[in-house]
Amino acid sequence: MLRLPKFSYHRPASGAEAVRIVAAHGGEARYVAGGTDLYPNMKRRVQRPGHVVALSRCQDLRGMRGEARSGVTIGAMTTLSAIEHDPRLRAEYPGFVHAASVVSTPLLRNMGTIGGNLLLDTRCNYYDQSHEWRESIDFCKKCDGSTCWVAPSSPRCWAVQSSDTVPLLCAIDASVTLLGADGERRVPLRALYRDDGIDFVQKRHEELLTALHLPATNGWRASYRKLRRRGSFDFPVLGVGACLSMDGDRVAELDVRIGGAGSWPIPAQKTVEMLRGAVLRFDDAASDELIRAAAQEAYKPTRAMDNTDLDAHWRKKMAPVFVARAIRDCLPGAPPRRDVLG
Amino acid sequence: MSPREAPDRRKTLGEFRVNGERREVAYEPHRTLLEVLREDLDLTGTKHGCELGECGACTVLVDGVPVLSCLTLAQEVEGCAIETIEGMADKGELHPLQDFFAELGASQCGYCSSGFMLASKALLAQNPSPSRDEIRVALSGNLCRCTGYVKIYEAVELAAKKLRGEPCEPSRECTHGR
Repeated sequence: MLRLPKFSYHRPASGAEAVRIVAAHGGEARYVAGGTDLYPNMKRRVQRPGHVVALSRCQDLRGMRGEARSGVTIGAMTTLSAIEHDPRLRAEYPGFVHAASVVSTPLLRNMGTIGGNLLLDTRCNYYDQSHEWRESIDFCKKCDGSTCWVAPSSPRCWAVQSSDTVPLLCAIDASVTLLGADGERRVPLRALYRDDGIDFVQKRHEELLTALHLPATNGWRASYRKLRRRGSFDFPVLGVGACLSMDGDRVAELDVRIGGAGSWPIPAQKTVEMLRGAVLRFDDAASDELIRAAAQEAYKPTRAMDNTDLDAHWRKKMAPVFVARAIRDCLPGAPPRRDVLG
Repeated sequence: MSPREAPDRRKTLGEFRVNGERREVAYEPHRTLLEVLREDLDLTGTKHGCELGECGACTVLVDGVPVLSCLTLAQEVEGCAIETIEGMADKGELHPLQDFFAELGASQCGYCSSGFMLASKALLAQNPSPSRDEIRVALSGNLCRCTGYVKIYEAVELAAKKLRGEPCEPSRECTHGR
């Protein structure tokens, strides 16, 4: 049996109480929401908190409120399954629901929460391994060691941003509420993540992500395209989120984020600049060519390294392909995504 | 950072509702539901596979929802209705899913079967007439290395028919192949 290490378990009744407990224990304490990321990491001994603070009893972290016209707020403890099956979200935020519905497996989506998915630990072939495996290579920079085995001469850790919802939610400019010992603050997701495999979230340790805020739906469309070996279970080894709003036939605003290919959701800046103001139509050869040329600019910023499943060079080459597909999905007239296990 | 405090190692006394029975267990507070089911309650029908959430062998129903018992802390489900494979037959009568898994060879080595049947039961409770694609999606968190899945999908379809009270004879193709 792979067992959890021993720890003290706390079950506070509110977010504020949870923050107080974590603040009191400092780095020794961790929050747990669904447990689908933390517990495997604890079983592998890459995380060893002495105190685990469960959020399951915090009613203030549950529920959804608001409406699409002004924006919807989703409690951090809402499960990915609840998001996937919510009729209102399916109708009004289909791109977001699609991204949530391709996370791992139905069983894990019944347990995993949106808050946990937003703060998913970065992943790496040299990190997501048992203690014995990691010991045999003298550990790695992200945990217990000093060398990043992906790029041994690199001063940083290259573990990979692997949440499916993050690239899409950054593209649509969603934000989150962080509750700290001295009050709440609202942070755009685009400003939450850092390009570092170890220190990948810009928040204080005791700050608790309490809610996700989806922006008002005022004509934009969004899409998420995921690359993985199997149609289920696997984390993205490339995940592109795109959000597009049109002014007639012209691109008014566009944002594209590349996940699974670096330590943070990488903005495809040049692609966006090339397409801003361009005339785009669905199923139109000239538009497709324009999108293809702009998407090619996503090749360079994609930092696929040899530390996930599938070949790193191929993943990098697929980035422009997936960027183009995600942008095309957002064009008026594009059919809704109906993937079954894909 | 505060100095590391010794974690609480005392056993806790908890009451679980497993397969309709109330069971009192003294267990260490960091134990998973899988450990309590198999090692404290001797309900070894729930299997341990990867124990990291990557195989579905340990699937159980908590308040009717299929979850992975290897990543569920036992403390979290005290008071919830827990269903394991041992509770699936009713008064000695096999559940239609169990019947058809056996009849069609949807269970070969059998290690994944309890997880598959519980995930299928939850699906049929929600959706009595699932399409093949809906079954594939609902069971996409359970791995099977023997059957190639087709027998499992056929067994779920036949069990669904039986539960709907429709004729449910397996086709010759189901039992003898093409």
